[in-house]
Amino acid sequence: MLQLNDVHTWYGSVHALRGVSLTVGEGEIVSLLGGNACGKSTTMKTILGWVKPRSGEVIFGGQRITGKRPPQIVDAGIAPVLERRRMFPQLTVRENLMMGAWRRRDTAGIAKDIDKMAEIFPVTASRAGQAAGTLSGGEQQMVAMARALMARPKLLIMDEPSMGLSPKFVRTIFDLIIELNRREGLSILVVEQNANMALSIASRGYVLQTGEVVIADTADALLNNPQMQKAYLGIA
Amino acid sequence: MPQIVKDTLENSPMILFLAALVIAPFVIPNQYIVQIMVFIGIYVILAQSLNLLNGYIGLIAIGHAGFYGIGAYTSAKLTVDAGLPFELAFLCAGLVAGAFGWALGRPTLRLEGIYLALATLGFNLIVWLVLLNWNSFTGGPLGIKGIPRPTILGWEVDTRTEYYFFILAVVVTVVFTMARLVNSRFGRALVAIREDQLAAAAMGVDVTRYKVQAFVISAFYAGIAGACYAHFVRYISPDSFTMLESFILLAILALGGSGNMIGPIVGAAILIAIPELFRAVAEYRMLLYGLVLIIIMQVRPQGLFGGHHYNLHLRLFDRGPRRTYRGDAFLPSEAEQ
Repeated sequence: MLQLNDVHTWYGSVHALRGVSLTVGEGEIVSLLGGNACGKSTTMKTILGWVKPRSGEVIFGGQRITGKRPPQIVDAGIAPVLERRRMFPQLTVRENLMMGAWRRRDTAGIAKDIDKMAEIFPVTASRAGQAAGTLSGGEQQMVAMARALMARPKLLIMDEPSMGLSPKFVRTIFDLIIELNRREGLSILVVEQNANMALSIASRGYVLQTGEVVIADTADALLNNPQMQKAYLGIA
Repeated sequence: MPQIVKDTLENSPMILFLAALVIAPFVIPNQYIVQIMVFIGIYVILAQSLNLLNGYIGLIAIGHAGFYGIGAYTSAKLTVDAGLPFELAFLCAGLVAGAFGWALGRPTLRLEGIYLALATLGFNLIVWLVLLNWNSFTGGPLGIKGIPRPTILGWEVDTRTEYYFFILAVVVTVVFTMARLVNSRFGRALVAIREDQLAAAAMGVDVTRYKVQAFVISAFYAGIAGACYAHFVRYISPDSFTMLESFILLAILALGGSGNMIGPIVGAAILIAIPELFRAVAEYRMLLYGLVLIIIMQVRPQGLFGGHHYNLHLRLFDRGPRRTYRGDAFLPSEAEQ
């Protein structure tokens, strides 16, 4: 479904991605792991068209999307749930959801999807008229996910969904991710620092280090990899 | 109740206010007051124009007098030197200012917050310096004299009262079109960009395109205001389009509030009327001006009518649900990473 082939991305003279290749299959949950400044966010920005890679290609659904503009990439079917949730704070929860459907013109379908979101994320209904900025972090994460789904994506990219949330809420969020994947057959790329949590739901994982994929394996293998346990999983 | 009756009742305060403005020059046949009201009208257009940027899309532009000046000089040159009819020159004033808006916006709109503010300030400075020094074209410090009174489709706008009605018509048109604009899909894109540019981009909002469009439209309205000014005072010089003018516009939005339709109108009315009301204590009036701003910043930082409603269901003259947000459209939202 999504395929990155030897992608090199530069910020001015900084070589941020040094040949990243990865794939996300249809209906698969894949996690992209790594510490700070390893290139996780740059990978996401490159996929979304926010930065253009200098070489390499991004293929989505059989179509080359390298260098396309962000609105076209949304149209192609990729929606991100951004780091720190990024609500439109003074807009209501409902308006936030409506913004998620920005590129869609099917009013009836949008209304239907809002009802559907109310089912999956009850908070989007109970707080529909409330300014999104007044919600708690966990509630905002729910709204952020619902907002991204309003675009009817084929691939959901989640950037640090666990950041700033209590462990209990992180569990809830990850359970929801699994459910979405099962119910909708949605492909999901989880970009995370919380390697334990991310690998517990993913089928495969990639570990990035200074702009390069250093390990690519199945989730189980990664969880048992001694190098991984030492560096990312907190098991000495 | 039929929809039209409902709409009329809902907008009745606005209709009454408009009616009061129409009969005002007959009730108060004081030419001096009529003149002040004309100036208030010109500043309402300018404030609405700047409001689109500062209030709706959250771009900090502090050189708006540049576009205002370009509009005034365009209309003046076209009528005085080229002998173009007023209607055409008036429209050209907006179009030329809009073209400059595009030329300035394309390269600078990638800048954020204070950097964009400085770029627009620089633009204002350049416009002023060109007007001041290009003697053969702009008349330099002497400006342009003998700008004709407007003739609109055969109606010669002769007296101040007539000009007042002309300005009133322009202001109503500007406010109406602006209200339609910010209530549209276009307006929703602007608000989303103001709220969180990155999130808006992630939803597929074409941020750069909307920024440039908002900039051009805003410049267009400022140019129109320039033409209104030029043909009223009939003599223009570079001194009317300095940075001080840009700052007065910012003060109007700070006082009245931005991000809605009422704030700029209230702000313009108060800030333009104050110096005139206190003409008796002329030496102290700028002091008073500053004092009003300081007090407002202390007790109501969002402005008199700011922060009323930041939701998307704006109606004409917005009376959406009240919000008690202290959010300030004047400040850049959370710094971009």
